[in-house]
Amino acid sequence: MLTWGPGFTMIAFILRRIVQSVMVMLTVALVAFALFRFVGDPIASMVGQETTLAERAELREVLGLNDPFAIQFGRFVARAATGDFGISYRLQQPVMELILSRLPATLELALVSGVLAFVFGVGFGVYTALRRGNWISGSVMTASLIGVSLPTFLIGVLLIWVFAVELQWLPSFGRGETVYIGDWWRTGLLTESGRASLILPAITLGLYQMTLIMRLVRAEMLEVLRTDYIKFARARGLSNRAVNFGHALKNTLVPVITITGLQMGSIIAFSIITETVFQWPGVGALFIRSVQFVDVPVMAAYLMLIALVFVIINLIVDLLYYAVDPRLRVDRANARH
Amino acid sequence: MPALADKAPLLSVRDLVVEFPTRRGVLRALDKVSFDIAEGEVLGMVGESGAGKSLTGAAIIGLLEPPGRIASGEVWLRGERIDNLPRERMRRLRGRRIGMVFQDPLTSLNPLYTVARQLIETIRTHMDVSDTEARNRAVGLLDRVGIPAAARRIDDYPHHFSGGMRQRVVIALALAAEPELVIADEPTTALDVSVQAQIIDVLKEICAERGASVMLITHDMGVIAETADRVAVLYAGRLAEIGPVRDVIQRAEHPYTAGLMGSIPTLTQTAERLTQIPGSMPRLDAIPKGCAFNPRCPRVLERCRIERPELIAREGGRQVACWLYDREAQDA
Repeated sequence: MLTWGPGFTMIAFILRRIVQSVMVMLTVALVAFALFRFVGDPIASMVGQETTLAERAELREVLGLNDPFAIQFGRFVARAATGDFGISYRLQQPVMELILSRLPATLELALVSGVLAFVFGVGFGVYTALRRGNWISGSVMTASLIGVSLPTFLIGVLLIWVFAVELQWLPSFGRGETVYIGDWWRTGLLTESGRASLILPAITLGLYQMTLIMRLVRAEMLEVLRTDYIKFARARGLSNRAVNFGHALKNTLVPVITITGLQMGSIIAFSIITETVFQWPGVGALFIRSVQFVDVPVMAAYLMLIALVFVIINLIVDLLYYAVDPRLRVDRANARH
Repeated sequence: MPALADKAPLLSVRDLVVEFPTRRGVLRALDKVSFDIAEGEVLGMVGESGAGKSLTGAAIIGLLEPPGRIASGEVWLRGERIDNLPRERMRRLRGRRIGMVFQDPLTSLNPLYTVARQLIETIRTHMDVSDTEARNRAVGLLDRVGIPAAARRIDDYPHHFSGGMRQRVVIALALAAEPELVIADEPTTALDVSVQAQIIDVLKEICAERGASVMLITHDMGVIAETADRVAVLYAGRLAEIGPVRDVIQRAEHPYTAGLMGSIPTLTQTAERLTQIPGSMPRLDAIPKGCAFNPRCPRVLERCRIERPELIAREGGRQVACWLYDREAQDA
């Protein structure tokens, strides 16, 4: 067999994943597009009650709604690819503009809770795996069960009750003060009230993911600690730190990366509930309002956005996998098995 | 054959007892095992699965898996007692003074790190050398264990090597800090027959050239016959017989050893049927009273069912735990 350089396999791998990603996006686009056709009549949403049937038919023709399905879908995809999702029925603004103005809030919230979930999830997971049987591990494990079983909105409400209402330490809603970075990115991370406002929603959003990551890390770590190469590392006299963190943790993280990546996607998607509880002005809250008003263009764009986020995260996860696990890289063709 | 009597042994195991507390009571996995390994000697350790071979190795190097623990007995390494060392001192001793080779080379190496990293890490844990020096040593070691183009292959990951090559890497790792004793736990069991002999040769040669003693755990009598100076036979966690390998193989004294030898096919003798020992080794929670082998023993005495035999010294430095030889000892 011809041996290609490692660079070639890498590029082929990326290309393959990109083609897959495009297929996924097209499928989601089909679902999003179907919304227009099946969730009410778009003309009815656009025009007033006094519009005549003739005017409606004309508008239908002008908008191309009488064209065959395939042509309309093609037009939708072509526009979507350039970021044009039309005008919001409810707010009469370009959908893309609306979403872009709300996106920073959601991304900041998701990023902070994702990082919190990962750091504390891995930390607690490793701790409970290495120190199983002591009372701290026991309490952490019990607490994690509560974290998994309580619904997000309840956690949010409880946090608001304790920290905002009773203790009055932190604000209960909104983003606090925000400042612009660049033209359109409004951030709450640079102001004190912005950061204070972020704490409760971030904990609410990240708690469930944290407990999942923690339980996964713990299970994986216990598995890895039983392997022969860990025993051999101990038999070579390596320090506990080198064995636990140098050898065991890295092997633990291989599967954890995948799950964490996928969870980052769900964090963004599930931010809907947290954003509603905390009146967080992000895309999730925008989506909920749009559902209430059957604002199909916004719903369709939101769907596409979430799909895009998942696709991109998946791609990054695969590349990370590639970076962490040398077995996935190209075999140098000199292994004899 | 090295003169054993006039030198203090490198390793001395005295009345070692390893126990596993379980819900149904304490299981004794090793029961008063005693043996010595002399400087530069290769001691073979044989027995059926579950007889306690690997456990003996793990107990010596201080890597018994909890809840298993040394309940009593002593382990001495060159005059220093090591079974009760503080954890940190025991860790420093592992790899540095006692090296270990495990059974399966495919799972013994961390798949995420290059061979170089694992070797350098081991060398630098035990020796005060720079990264470059450690690397040079590592290349030398790989070369010595027979890895072709070691200077280039050292940066490969374990999965780039075949099973036999990986076991060579494992041997290099076990010997990286020049230990005085190497415990090899079935080092060839997981390998193709064609490379088994090569690996044993490498292990034997490199240990001989460094003057390291070897405790070779295996159930392959052929390997023992070719490699070991002395052999210890374990049965149900107890030492049945120990002595120079030729004597034990050719004139086994313990009925269990005799049965074990009789069950090995040879090319020189044509037998209709290989002998086999009836029954099977007892489980740890059902070891019979007296001699553990008595229900299966063809030469069982009344005493064997009541009283446990201690190791009895025989001529030629042999020892056997069997009442058959007690009478003779008294007569003499």
